[in-house]
Amino acid sequence: MNGEKATVMEEPLVETNVNWTRKDLLGLKDLSREEIELILKTAESLKEVSTRSIKKVPTLRGKTVVNFFVEPSTRTRASFELAEKRLSADSLNFSGSSSSIMKGETLKDTAKNIEALQVDLIVIRHPSSGAPHRLAEYVKPGIVNAGDGTNEHPTQALLDMFTLKEKKGKIEGMKVSFIGDILHSRVARSNIWGLTKLGAKVTVCGPKTLIPYDIEKLGVHKTYNVEEAVKDADAINLLRIQLERQNEPFFPSLGEYAMGFGIDAKMLQKAKKDVIIMHPGPANRGVELTSEVADGPNSVILEQVTNGLAVRMAVLYLLSLVR
Amino acid sequence: MKLQEVKKILDEQGVERTITRITHEILEKNKGTEHLILIGIERGGAILAERFRSKIREIENVTVPKGSLDITLYRDDLGESNSQPLMRGTHMEFDITGKKVILVDDVLYTGRTVRSALDALIDFGRPKWVQLAVMVDRGHRELPIRADYVGKNIPTALDEEVAVRLKEKDGLDEVCIMRKTG
Repeated sequence: MNGEKATVMEEPLVETNVNWTRKDLLGLKDLSREEIELILKTAESLKEVSTRSIKKVPTLRGKTVVNFFVEPSTRTRASFELAEKRLSADSLNFSGSSSSIMKGETLKDTAKNIEALQVDLIVIRHPSSGAPHRLAEYVKPGIVNAGDGTNEHPTQALLDMFTLKEKKGKIEGMKVSFIGDILHSRVARSNIWGLTKLGAKVTVCGPKTLIPYDIEKLGVHKTYNVEEAVKDADAINLLRIQLERQNEPFFPSLGEYAMGFGIDAKMLQKAKKDVIIMHPGPANRGVELTSEVADGPNSVILEQVTNGLAVRMAVLYLLSLVR
Repeated sequence: MKLQEVKKILDEQGVERTITRITHEILEKNKGTEHLILIGIERGGAILAERFRSKIREIENVTVPKGSLDITLYRDDLGESNSQPLMRGTHMEFDITGKKVILVDDVLYTGRTVRSALDALIDFGRPKWVQLAVMVDRGHRELPIRADYVGKNIPTALDEEVAVRLKEKDGLDEVCIMRKTG
C-alpha cells in the first residue's frame, strides 16, 4: 500500500447501515427483510439500557408520544410507556373508555386533536383492522400500530422474532409453529409476514374453524394435528383463545379445546428437547397450555416481556430519525 | 460523496510507535495502572482502547478493565444527520465510580462526540477523573474540550476528512488525510 498514491473510496467514513426512512410502523407486511433486521439489531443495543443502574438515555428528550389505546391493553401499553420513559420522551395516555370516542367523536377528529397538541408519535391500538393506516393518512406525527383488529401487531411479532434469534442464534431455517386461534390473531399474522421474510418455516395449527382455509397463500404450512405441529418445531407460539372476538361458537367448549389443542407436559415430551415455548399473553392457564408448561424450563414467556421493551425502544428510536 | 486520499500521515509502524508512546504517557501520568480503566468510543476508539490495553499488559504485565461506549443514544443531532450510524451497543461490565477513566477515540474534531461520551459515561457512575486519549487531533473544535494524550496533531481544512484505519476493521493500520471530491 505504501507505494500507491491516490486511492478513491466510495463509501463515507462514517459506517452506515440500511437507512430507516419510514415515519410509521403499520405492519410487517410492508417491511423489507433489511428493515426488520435493522429493528432487531437496534433492539439488541438498546436492551443494555435496562440493565444499567440508571435505566435511562436522553435520546428522545423533548419528543412527545401519545399512547392512544381504544382497546384494552395492559402489557403492550405498559411496555410502550416504559420504552418512552427509558428514552426520555414525554408521554400522554388516551384510552377508549375515558376519551371522547365514547361521546361520539370520530377517529379522524380525535387524531386531528391529538396532532394539534404538537406530538411527534402516536402509538395506537384499535379494534378495527386498518385504523392505524387511516390515521397515518390523516395526520403528520409518526404512527405505531400497537394492534389493529385482527390485522397486525407488529411490535409483538418483532419481540417474538427477537426472542427466537436470541435463544437460537438465528431465524433463517427455524421451524416455528403457531397453535390456537389463528383466524382472529393479529399476532400470528404479523409473525407470518416477518418470519417468512427472514426465512423461517412457519406452521399453523388449530381447530378447523379457527384457521383461514387459504392461509397457505401466505407461505405457511397448515395442520389440524397438534402432534405434527409440535414434533419438529424449534419454537412453539401458543395463541390465546380470543373469546372477545368470537360471536359464534367455533368449538364446543374451552375444556374440549384444551383436550384437543392445549399443550401439557405430556405433549411437550413429543417436541425437541430444546424447543422454546412462547405466548404473547395474557395466557389462559389450563386452556392453551398448562401451568407446568408455562412455568417450565422451555418457557421463554417472561423473557418475551423483557425483550418487548427493547424492541419498542428500537421502534420509537428509528421512527424518530425520520422527519 | 467520494473521498480522495491526499496525504498519508502514519503508516503501520507509525501507528504502532504512536500507540506505544501514548501508552507510556498514560502510565507515567497516572503513576501505573491502579484504578485505571480504558473506555473506547465505538468503533475506532474501542479498537484503540484494546490496543492500549495490550500495550499496558506488555509493559506492566497487568490487564486493566476495558469498556466501550456507543454514543448514538446521546447524539445532539437526532434525525438531522444524513447518515444513520449503526448501533453497536455499550459494554460496561464494571463500576466506574472512583476510577481513573481513560476515554479513547480515534479522531478529535468538533468535540461533540466526546461531549456525548462524557454524558453517557456519567450515567454509569462518578469517576475520579476522566482523561482523553485520541489518535488524531484535527482541530475545528465547537466545544471547550481538549485531549490529554494526542497521537498526532494534524491541521486540516473543513473539506477534508481524517481516516484512522485499523487492522481490526479495515485490514491495515494507517492514518490518512482524505479530501471530498464531487
